[in-house]
Amino acid sequence: MTEHALAGGRTISLPMSRALEISLRSLKIRFGRSLITTSGIILAIAFLMSVWSNNAFIGNLRAANKSDINLLLQKHGIETMAAEGEAAASGDAMARLEEERSKQTWLISLSLLVCVVGIANAMLMSVTERFREIGTMKCLGALDSFIIKLFLLESTFQGAAGTVVGIVLGLLMTLALVFIDYGMYVFDYFPTAALAKSALAATVCGTLLSLVGAMLPAYKAAKMEPVEAMRSDT
Amino acid sequence: MTETTEATAAATAQERNGAEEEKRTVVRTQGVKKVYVMGEIEVHALRGVDLEIYAGEYLSIMGPSGSGKSTFFNMVGGLDKPTEGKVYIDEVDVAQLDAYELAWLRCRKIGYIFQSFNLIPVMTALENVTLPMVFAGLTSDESRDKGMDLLGKVGLGERHSHKPFELSGGQQQRVAVARALANDPAVVLADEPTANLDLRTGTEIIELLRSMNESFGVTVISATHDHKMLSVSDRVVRVSDGQVERIQLREDLEIETVAVAGEET
Repeated sequence: MTEHALAGGRTISLPMSRALEISLRSLKIRFGRSLITTSGIILAIAFLMSVWSNNAFIGNLRAANKSDINLLLQKHGIETMAAEGEAAASGDAMARLEEERSKQTWLISLSLLVCVVGIANAMLMSVTERFREIGTMKCLGALDSFIIKLFLLESTFQGAAGTVVGIVLGLLMTLALVFIDYGMYVFDYFPTAALAKSALAATVCGTLLSLVGAMLPAYKAAKMEPVEAMRSDT
Repeated sequence: MTETTEATAAATAQERNGAEEEKRTVVRTQGVKKVYVMGEIEVHALRGVDLEIYAGEYLSIMGPSGSGKSTFFNMVGGLDKPTEGKVYIDEVDVAQLDAYELAWLRCRKIGYIFQSFNLIPVMTALENVTLPMVFAGLTSDESRDKGMDLLGKVGLGERHSHKPFELSGGQQQRVAVARALANDPAVVLADEPTANLDLRTGTEIIELLRSMNESFGVTVISATHDHKMLSVSDRVVRVSDGQVERIQLREDLEIETVAVAGEET
């Protein structure tokens, strides 16, 4: 949609490289604002990652099914494989696990929703703040799609950066907590594959969230009339 | 008063005769009306304006605020569509254009200069000037060369790597002039270009616009209530109450500005 030829080669375009450059610089110049938006993503993703990685660590320790680890697990109120085997007949343990899981999902969804709303809010403010810049760009011949591209890119960068930081933060925090409870056993049964999978899922999740959060603001920016650039108050 | 009107009429008639052969119309408005509906009240911003703007002329639109000057100016610049009547820019009916064609028109045919300069704050002077060229599809080498050339012409060749906030108001407006000329437009629209500048810088910008008008042959249309603007204008369109009150030619103006200057001192 960026290029659309009229009769006589009347095209206007915004090459991706320039769009990247412009959006990165916009982030840099409004570093404080970007940081606030990004911190929302960092927190949400850190929470997501800590829940997932906690599941992975505990899962691996349970799967080990060793008597001394089982003792530790029980001390922290976690059903061990051995105990589960005994209780399996009643189905009690399964039900409890199920309930635990659904509570987790609920919490995660809530935190992600709050995060999206936060991003949307920050981006909307950024659109309002930049009405003149957007109007000027439209006067210079920018299409709606250029503006959308710039805003979505900006948000994706924020999302990606926030996600990476969030993943590292969430993982380290969980690791520290699990290490305090279980000591070196954590490293003996380190769930590398599960963690990598969680990290990947969190990356996708974070980037997607920031895209979704930026959609409405980007649309609003794109629909701005070029006359806005003429407004002299502010 | 009647004398002036007669003189204007005579001059206009004289001009029309001359215009037949050499003057090409760049912007033409026919019975342009604009009505804003605000709740239950209809505001008639324009009540039928007919005007022809010729290629290469320097035209000023004057009028008090609320006269419809801004509305008319935006109409001529393809930023607003009339409720009734037609606006032709380069013989193209603006109302017939879709969003893409309008963007193309703004990119290639019209250069905008704003009251508050409106440079993109994150870009250097050179990048600001080359942005319309990027939209127009020039390669980065082409646009850099052309941008440097234009910055040189407005006297800011040395400052190409400065960000807008590192430049003075006058310098920013010079960058804006260079940017307006980026894609060799047919028309440059200047919306009160001197309103945020002091007397001397304002005069410099007016002179710069005039010299660009002469050297590039680009049509300059400016909305203003700056009297300094009058002396360089080929024609001055006075808008009042949504209508063209009168059109003055430079010859008539010079007498008037002298008179005004005399009154002021």
